[in-house]
Amino acid sequence: MRGNFSTITKMFSASVVAAGLLMSAPARAADDTIKVGILHSLSGTMAISETTLKDAMLMLIDEQNAKGGLLGKKLEAVVVDPASNWPLFAEKARELISKDKVAAVFGCWTSVSRKSVLPVFSELDNILFYPVQYEGEESERNVFYTGAAPNQQAIPAVDYLMSEDGGSVKRWVLEGTDYVYPRTTNKILEAYLKAKGVAAEDIMVNYTPFGFSDWQTEVSAIKKFGSAGKKTAVVSTVNGDANVPFYKELGNQGIKAEDIPVMAFSVGEEELAGLDTAPLVGHLAAWNYFESVDTPENKKFIADWHKFIKNDKRTTNDPMEAHYIGFNMWVKAVEKAGTTDPDKVIDAMIGVSVPNLTGGYSTMMPNHHITKPVLIGEIQADGQFETVSRTPGLVMGDEWSDYLPDSKDLISDWRKPLSCGNFNVATGKCGGKGTN
Amino acid sequence: MTLIRTGLTLLFLLATLSSSGAAEADLRGIIAKFATAKGFSEIGAVVHELAAAGDPLVERPLSALADGNLYIRKADSVVFVGKEAGESVQLSDPLSGEASGEAAKDDITKIKVNNTLRRVIRDALGTLTLGAKDPTVRIAAADTMFKTPDAANIEPLDAAIAKETVASVKALLEQARAASILVSDRPEADKLAAIALIGARGDRDAVSLLTSVEANASGAVKEAATAAIANINSTLALWDAGQNIWYGISLGSVLLLAAIGLAITFGVMGVINMAHGEMVMLGAYTTFVVQQVIRTSFPGLFDWSLVIALPLAFLVAALVGLAIERGVIRFLYGRPLETLLATWGVSLILQQAVRSIFGPTNQEVGNPSWMSGSFDIGQLAITWNRLWILVFALTVFGVLLYVMKRTPWGLQMRAVTANRRMAASMGIRTPWVDALTFALGSGIAGIAGVALSQIDNVSPNLGRGYIIDSFMVVVFGGVGNLWGTLVGAFSLGIVNKFLEPYAGAVLGKIVVLVLIILFIQKRPRGLFALKGRAVEA
Repeated sequence: MRGNFSTITKMFSASVVAAGLLMSAPARAADDTIKVGILHSLSGTMAISETTLKDAMLMLIDEQNAKGGLLGKKLEAVVVDPASNWPLFAEKARELISKDKVAAVFGCWTSVSRKSVLPVFSELDNILFYPVQYEGEESERNVFYTGAAPNQQAIPAVDYLMSEDGGSVKRWVLEGTDYVYPRTTNKILEAYLKAKGVAAEDIMVNYTPFGFSDWQTEVSAIKKFGSAGKKTAVVSTVNGDANVPFYKELGNQGIKAEDIPVMAFSVGEEELAGLDTAPLVGHLAAWNYFESVDTPENKKFIADWHKFIKNDKRTTNDPMEAHYIGFNMWVKAVEKAGTTDPDKVIDAMIGVSVPNLTGGYSTMMPNHHITKPVLIGEIQADGQFETVSRTPGLVMGDEWSDYLPDSKDLISDWRKPLSCGNFNVATGKCGGKGTN
Repeated sequence: MTLIRTGLTLLFLLATLSSSGAAEADLRGIIAKFATAKGFSEIGAVVHELAAAGDPLVERPLSALADGNLYIRKADSVVFVGKEAGESVQLSDPLSGEASGEAAKDDITKIKVNNTLRRVIRDALGTLTLGAKDPTVRIAAADTMFKTPDAANIEPLDAAIAKETVASVKALLEQARAASILVSDRPEADKLAAIALIGARGDRDAVSLLTSVEANASGAVKEAATAAIANINSTLALWDAGQNIWYGISLGSVLLLAAIGLAITFGVMGVINMAHGEMVMLGAYTTFVVQQVIRTSFPGLFDWSLVIALPLAFLVAALVGLAIERGVIRFLYGRPLETLLATWGVSLILQQAVRSIFGPTNQEVGNPSWMSGSFDIGQLAITWNRLWILVFALTVFGVLLYVMKRTPWGLQMRAVTANRRMAASMGIRTPWVDALTFALGSGIAGIAGVALSQIDNVSPNLGRGYIIDSFMVVVFGGVGNLWGTLVGAFSLGIVNKFLEPYAGAVLGKIVVLVLIILFIQKRPRGLFALKGRAVEA
């Protein structure tokens, strides 16, 4: 009986030890992995765009692990859901860095979500890769901006419309959703157009709320503005969900791309997937990547994506390419620095150059923005874009716009000894303020 | 005798063939230049050369080019018209249209076009299709020539006007001719007559043309143009007001559709149903699934897809509504705050469920042909989809009113709302009436989703955009009164659309909200307050 009892206690203690071993097993395994945080909304209004980016990141991490990981360790993705809730973005970022000890975070979509996590990243000294085109007027030490700055999207797009190929546009409608990205972009564009000699009465600016769905009045106002005997174009910074009813109304009211083309900055393959594009053929978009670009790298990327997501119909888009570039840059910088320590990686990032998907190389510049080609595409009946114009070389992201009075004297250079994101060349001091 | 006749016919045929053959060979020579043209300007030059040949045969390659269907075979640089069929492209001759086999997509290159080129082609085709048999093609040609006037167009237009038999087309051709005269060096008298003719047309295109004339002309012509523009603008201002009313009615019909289900669940039953928007979304997704099945299995039925989707959407949403009522809401009657929170939770669950099943991205719901495009009444452009939605909203309203006022079920519903205990004493099974009423409200939200799928995104967030507006309409119109919902929806729509051109969409919406808040302060029970015992209960 006693023997039995001792066996039981032995067994019990053995199982406790085993359980302890089991418990410590993942903790030990964590030392052999490098954690990468993914901070994209998987529910709420932004899930429509951000879920795709989460999947793209998981695919990139899988591929890197298949190639043998990084610094001899496996990469491990830590996915959190900030649920399209801006304050929650900051909380989740803190959780990723303090609790999960991630080496870098890939995430955010809207500018307000980025602004809400900035203090967390500088306080806890970690790295954020931000993959979406944005309004500029910012350069932070802990953030790498792999999406387009206004001069990598908006300015070349307007240049194209002004050119003979683009139809020599003389009259402009700046149509946007009412939040920071369209407002700042339109401010830059207005200043740029006026510098190019466009009269104030030839520019119409209009804003609509998020998720706006009744576009009748706006579209007929565009029609009216366009009937002044001058070639007119619409530059649209209308965001996400509001685009489908906007384009449906354009199609129904018979506004053809040959007469009044619409140049969009927030409409990609993903947005067109919810639309019958036959009435929209010829309307334009400016991006740094289109799924239709014919390069071997892009073909492979699309094939891998279809295999990973197990759906041949899912499209690829520009922010996905931005993550592709950002992730590969980070991998290269970590290899260069020989560590995932954020301070060393931040220094190693500058000057890193990796292939992009449009047949060239993108390089990280000292202002934490990258070089990219700018492509102008026309919508086709199959929901894809056909590239009709491409900048001859790569365009370097300009964080402080030269066309805004508040920011034209500011530069950013995170190399030592300057190490400043807002250096004012006129006063020779660090700490200038831009437009927002 | 027969032999000789056959011989003669053959000879005659041969002769015609060879003469058209020579012209065709020239055209082929020009078309072959597409293979070597670099860039849009060179392609444009080839288009001009083709158009200058003046042969109606060039319509086929030119329209194919405009539609992006003109290809070059890489192997031998021959130009074909192509039609995509899956992974391969079916090729045909650019002039005769004879089939010339298939090619894999990698073996051919598409000749790219942009908007400028499309415009060039449209103008070129305009002159060529003036003599087309189909009057709609001639109207399109006249329209193009009106918008892009050119002095060289006057002669072909003169010839076409002389031949034209349809009066309406003739009028358009004369306007196009007038437009061309304005840019030619014809004498002033001709130009003044032309301005009078264009001024009578009275639409935005006329203003557009006259504005550019006004900018370039001087003297009497300039004055006449200025006067004509002022004249047209004053008539257009009236039409604008009419247009605002129409837009308001149309927005009102959308609001009515979204709110009418809520008028039952919230208005009649008093349940604050935050999942109402998700019922609308379920209806829209049902439409998507129906269209998906039709696309893959019965493509011929596409125009009927909405009609088929209507009963299904009603059923799906009604069943989900029934489940919500039986599963959650019936335990919470009389506790509005809990109901609000519980239905809010249900709405999140439904959204995430749809997101998991269909994915987070927008789904494509097509417009049947009878819901695409627009037609004009005077200077008023009315889009078909908006018109049908208005008709549909009023029909749904009428049917619902009939059900409530004229059927035994409606009577029971009203009885339960008015005095639950009395109704129960009379032998009405109140729990079932509650459940069915909630299912009816949800089902109607579902069919609203079918209509809204035609103008909005079909995404998991669809319902979110309508929930606030729906509550606003029901509260404003008066809780518990269907007529109040109708009047509320249309008045909010019209006020909104009258404010929008002046205040902008953002400010307009704020102003409407403030007005409603002030109104509710004055009349807490809305426009048409319900009187009687139910109110005090």
